[in-house]
Amino acid sequence: MTVDTSELSEIEQDAIAEIANMGVSRAATSLRQMVGEQVLLSVPAVNIVTREAASRLVERGGSQKLVAVQQSFEGPFSGKALLIFPQAHSLELVRAIVGDEHSLEDVIDLEQEALAETGNIILNACLATIANVLHRTMRMSLPSVVRGDGQTLFDIDARDGSGNLVLFLYIDFTIKKRDIRGFIALLMDLPSIFALKEIVRDFIDGIGRQAAENVG
Amino acid sequence: MQYKALIVDDSKLARMVMVSAFRRIRPDWQLVEATSADDALKTISDGAVDVALVDFNMPDTDGLELVARIRRTHPKMPVAVVSANLQDEIIARARELNAAFVAKPLTDEALGAFLSGAALRLRKAAL
Repeated sequence: MTVDTSELSEIEQDAIAEIANMGVSRAATSLRQMVGEQVLLSVPAVNIVTREAASRLVERGGSQKLVAVQQSFEGPFSGKALLIFPQAHSLELVRAIVGDEHSLEDVIDLEQEALAETGNIILNACLATIANVLHRTMRMSLPSVVRGDGQTLFDIDARDGSGNLVLFLYIDFTIKKRDIRGFIALLMDLPSIFALKEIVRDFIDGIGRQAAENVG
Repeated sequence: MQYKALIVDDSKLARMVMVSAFRRIRPDWQLVEATSADDALKTISDGAVDVALVDFNMPDTDGLELVARIRRTHPKMPVAVVSANLQDEIIARARELNAAFVAKPLTDEALGAFLSGAALRLRKAAL
């Protein structure tokens, strides 16, 4: 499914996965605080893939009806962050967040709004952590809720001429006691990947310098 | 002492979370809600707001811009910027405006710490 990762060296790929992991872990901590239950995470995967391959990856669980909260980010590199889960889990997630004492009607009323705010908190936690680790500043848009299959989620910005290949970084999460699973995904176009590459090189060099100073 | 707190957030869920935390920590405080910066400025100009809690990520005017505007008329009002956007730059800009930063997801501890500090400042100012 991976088309071409030759753009990134092994250490770069490893560093991006590690930085993403810090962001996503912070996001998982936020989600855990919101639902009050344990959230399990997979190891993050970093791939350069086509948008089609990315859309197939998020449909892998077998469900094609998905809900996503998406937020775009802009800065030294730009892209989209998405919190994605099967449509069938949407109400259960909202219920986990607003508490079981609310009636089904209340939960349905609040669904769109609660999804947007939940996405806002989780994606901001992830992106802000990444920005802080890299000592860069990023602007985040307001969250929006999108429903559809993987294709719909990833095709929205495909006509901006930035090409079909994307850096796709994703991690799956499961809320242990409830039947809720989903993905947190970051999507970046190729020009951003080159910018990110340089920043990651600085980051790796920084670690190298720190290690040398500690030894000395 | 009873104070009046203004909660500014475009998200209904976020306001619900804040209100329920207030009920646990400071059940006697009076609460007013605003859903936008304009709405918040109007409420403040109507008077009697002691403390403001302002979401950062809002349509039109963001929370930091709103705090800057509040500062023009209320340089000493205890204000907190509430956000999941924990970027160093955002926290630094809040500090420059003499505002606290309270992280989302909101915890009773974080809100409680801000409100205790705010209540202390308000008592001192009243002396």
